[in-house]
Amino acid sequence: MNCKTLVVELEDYLDEELDSELRTSIEVHLAKCKNCKLIVDTTKKTIQIFCNSEPAPLSEDTRHRLHDALVKKLGRPRA
Amino acid sequence: MSTPKMNATGEKSPQTRAPLPSQVVKEDEPILVAAAKAGDISAFETLVSRYERKIFRLAQNITQNREDAEDVMQEAFLKAYEHLSGFQGNSRFYTWLVRIAVNQALMKLRKRRPNQVSIDEDVNTGNDLIPREIEDWGPSPEERYKQSELAGILNSTIADLDPPFRIVFQLRDIEELSTEETAEALGLSVPAVKSRLLRARLKLRQKLDRYFRRSENQ
Repeated sequence: MNCKTLVVELEDYLDEELDSELRTSIEVHLAKCKNCKLIVDTTKKTIQIFCNSEPAPLSEDTRHRLHDALVKKLGRPRA
Repeated sequence: MSTPKMNATGEKSPQTRAPLPSQVVKEDEPILVAAAKAGDISAFETLVSRYERKIFRLAQNITQNREDAEDVMQEAFLKAYEHLSGFQGNSRFYTWLVRIAVNQALMKLRKRRPNQVSIDEDVNTGNDLIPREIEDWGPSPEERYKQSELAGILNSTIADLDPPFRIVFQLRDIEELSTEETAEALGLSVPAVKSRLLRARLKLRQKLDRYFRRSENQ
């Protein structure tokens, strides 16, 4: 395993879809290569930050328009 | 064919992501869907309230246009209601709803920019993926920013990605669809989803680096 081959396998490594042999080989490389370790750690962090980000509340106007559209379709005001 | 990393509740492994309470699939979803299918309007309204913010964000991230995003959200919920009887429950209701919203959003995007957006065209995922001179971010770099500042950073960062990468990232890493579900929703092959996702993740990592690197913040 080297830096180039790690990138080829990185997608499956991040998604935990590698067999144990390949996974171990990557982890051995990561223990030696500071650059690749930082790439993996900061990429995991990137995914985590986006995944954990909460969607902003809808504006009142947007909620009202959604409400009106649903009333028309569903036939009665939302609770 | 790769195996989606989902646990029994349909959530991804917590090793790389720790879902917030609002992201965890609520156990009552199948009950609400069954009630809505049987004509209980308030059950459908509960589903709308639960997912409206996420569907709006999804639409906003795909279309990059607030007005279009609002239309997409409305159309997605109306279509979901209209076709609810055809929902077989083979996937989560939310996954089904996301697919409807993605279709609506892609139609908007293509209508607005007919010559610029093709999600299924070959894209250059390039061989220049190995970044150099990486810096550590520290354990919780996002905590250096207020919630609203962080939201602004994430929005502008994802907006900078080209649509084929942005949409795949949105479905896989924000909406947490599996690789196979993402491929099906977008009409792409599994390898195409994987290569776009890797490119998107590394691009976003690179873009966030300027905000999160330790040396910029000490």
